[in-house]
Amino acid sequence: MNDKEIIELVNTALAEEFELEIEDMKPEASLLDNLGLDSLDRVDMVIVLENQFNFKVREEETIRQIRTLGDIHDFVITKKHEIGSE
Amino acid sequence: MRRVVITGMGVVSPYGKGVDKLWLSLLNGESSVRGMPLFREIGGLRSHVGAIVDGIDIKEIPRKYRRSMAMMSIYATIASREALKQARVDKIHTGSGRMGVAIGSTIGSTKTTQEFFEDFLSDYSLQRMKTGVFFKLMNHSCAVNVSQALGITGRILSPSAACSTSCQAIGYGYEMVAFGRQDFMLCGGADELHPLTVSTFDIMNAASTHYNEEPNHTPRPFDRDRDGVVCSEGSGVLLLESLESAKERGVEILCEIIGFATTSDISNIANPAIESMQDCIEQVLEDAQLNSEDIDYINAHATATIQGDIAESRAIERFFGSSVPVSSLKGHFGHTMAASGAIEIAAIIKMIQNGVIIPTLNLENVDEECQGIKHIQKPEEFEINTVLKNNFALGGVNSSLVLRRYVNE
Repeated sequence: MNDKEIIELVNTALAEEFELEIEDMKPEASLLDNLGLDSLDRVDMVIVLENQFNFKVREEETIRQIRTLGDIHDFVITKKHEIGSE
Repeated sequence: MRRVVITGMGVVSPYGKGVDKLWLSLLNGESSVRGMPLFREIGGLRSHVGAIVDGIDIKEIPRKYRRSMAMMSIYATIASREALKQARVDKIHTGSGRMGVAIGSTIGSTKTTQEFFEDFLSDYSLQRMKTGVFFKLMNHSCAVNVSQALGITGRILSPSAACSTSCQAIGYGYEMVAFGRQDFMLCGGADELHPLTVSTFDIMNAASTHYNEEPNHTPRPFDRDRDGVVCSEGSGVLLLESLESAKERGVEILCEIIGFATTSDISNIANPAIESMQDCIEQVLEDAQLNSEDIDYINAHATATIQGDIAESRAIERFFGSSVPVSSLKGHFGHTMAASGAIEIAAIIKMIQNGVIIPTLNLENVDEECQGIKHIQKPEEFEINTVLKNNFALGGVNSSLVLRRYVNE
């Protein structure tokens, strides 16, 4: 899976879970201010990503630093590469 | 004590969304009971009929609020919106702290509980549990979801007494407004149909099992060929308001609540005792300061169980003989459980407004043991001024309300 495919998969999974419009899903979009995802949604978002990409990331410190959709893309891409190189 | 009136009502029923849809369907004598293919696949379940809600657009509730809602809360929120719209209340009222919510369900969402345990028991892992689960299965789910979605900041009450739930919710709301603790109470109940509910009645031989091939012919309250309850779902919500407030706001007053009683039948947890029902009726008449001859119409609980219908007939006969018209609406849309009292009161208000008594559907031959009261078997034009409404629940929870047509003073 290349980076573009990962981004598409993240966007599709989050759009379905949180009923987001794909055109609003720009990398710079703030999760809270632009996409309306609050703290409860962020917990569910981790579960959605874990199911989608088959990894466990809930306890990772970097997941708490995420502010934008682009941060999620970067996080998942990095994680997938880490897993791929193991 | 302040006088308490109803200024808004909302319904989600097996006929669909809205009080008007309910009323037109009742006027047309339509049954909303249907065969339930899913029930046929459940081992040991003999009742394969039910009445379910169709045609609801859940997306009319924003996701932010809907994420914590099971279907019962969605029904309750849609019904509540209809009630608030009719009563022309806005944010000034909902957010004033003077409006509360009393909406209950039999239990929290069974479907949510089932989905959670199906996943959990597969590997005893909680790692896939989402944040909405608890908010859907907690007992006060309907009340708090309605208050969150509609911005209501006053008291929260979540009565739970199975079939008496919304009758109690309305009664307790009535007392809060009467005592001046709140100016408005949004009261009612909601439930969603799950096989567990049906099996609860079926294992006690109290669910309808002989009409699986002709679902429109059941339930049959008071009929000699009745064979039990048909379970259904939905929500009914009424906005109660002090008379003073309603007059000040200049809104239409739909009717007045003048009496409430609820009692505990300790003779048996499942089988109703005539004496306890009589106590409840006696108390509600006393609370309303009325004599039995002041009642024009009785809307019975009558779910079409063998024992329940007999006990209620006897209790009604004791006070009213055969002089006061009696009907049950369960034949039309089954037993909506926690929602039944409020949905049926919405229908009663339409009966008062339209001067028509809706008959007991499927009552063809009155059971010998249910005779002695005045059964209504076809629509009847009748001026209704004062109504007794009964609801009796498993667990021995009896409840009754007295409603009165409001005449402008």
